[in-house]
Amino acid sequence: MLSRIDYAIWILGFLVEAGAVVCFIFHRYFSKYIFLSIYLLAATVVTGAQYWFIQKFGWSSIEYRYYYYYSESLLTILLFFVVIQFYDRVFQELNASRYVRRGAIILVGATALFSYMVVRANQDHLTSRFVVELGQNLYFVGVVLTYLLWGAILKLRETRTRLIQLVLALGVYFSATAAAYALRNLFPSLQPAVLRWVPPVAGIWLPAAWAFTMMKVSEDARLVTSHLLARAR
Amino acid sequence: MIIPVLICIISFALLLQFFVSYCRSVIAAGRKTELSQQVREIAGIREDKLHEDEFVRLVQLLRLCPGSGEDGGEIRAVGVYYSMLFALRGIFRPLLPRIARWAQVERESCSYFAAVVLDRRITYSRELLAQHMSGHL
Repeated sequence: MLSRIDYAIWILGFLVEAGAVVCFIFHRYFSKYIFLSIYLLAATVVTGAQYWFIQKFGWSSIEYRYYYYYSESLLTILLFFVVIQFYDRVFQELNASRYVRRGAIILVGATALFSYMVVRANQDHLTSRFVVELGQNLYFVGVVLTYLLWGAILKLRETRTRLIQLVLALGVYFSATAAAYALRNLFPSLQPAVLRWVPPVAGIWLPAAWAFTMMKVSEDARLVTSHLLARAR
Repeated sequence: MIIPVLICIISFALLLQFFVSYCRSVIAAGRKTELSQQVREIAGIREDKLHEDEFVRLVQLLRLCPGSGEDGGEIRAVGVYYSMLFALRGIFRPLLPRIARWAQVERESCSYFAAVVLDRRITYSRELLAQHMSGHL
């Protein structure tokens, strides 16, 4: 049975995602940040369809569980394409885009293939432990990719504030979700009381932070990345 | 068992780093802005450098001042960062004073950021009032 807080978070998540899509269309960023926009649109559709699944099959039904975990895995793979787009922008000036794209396509393809094979092999017994492990691994690949990108941003002294904030917001999302999945894997008893709130809250954070960055930070804004590292003086 | 433990530790460490860097990037944008005379008068700010404890008072003033609603998220994120720094300073003050000092400087930046947002809101409210008045005339 879903509580009022569940519904409130769900409605808020849907509104923030839909709002972010509108913001991207309104400010004409849709084609410029194509993968980011596709992800936001897909996330909105997935969140909207969740309501239909809950109404039709019930929150504790196996159909809803299948839908939730598969759609989440697909959204994570879509986020990998967003990371590729960020890599592309960071390495643009080094004329390394071609290599980045090739490497990223191979990586995403391998991840998708691996996930598909694992899901196919386990389709008869989609246990909660299995889906938690799959989610944990997918999100952790995201954490590693984003951290490598953040390292490249620092190394190349990237100064575009907008790009930096978009990458950092994604890093927060990936690491919070990966940590929640890993904790759930270690302590399943924490799931009903604490951990179940983390993915939806992180799901609100990401579109909200991206929309905020697109609205508030201009394309020309610059900052010194070395100032962002927490160093005690 | 070892893999989830490793993933958990690495993810928490990186979460902290990403979040701190994100908050610093938001605050850095505000640091370049000069505070206007009107916000100095309203908030009773006399010096260029704000005290770390002023953040709470400035956020209370922010709640009284209507805004366009766009800056709520950034203030909340910086508020979480400010609370984290408070805890960090409390923990490290007796052990590592350098970290406690760094946390204090960061908290001062948070206060300055809150003052910049307040300034923005005051300007927004005045513009709104001016538009309303011109519509009535």
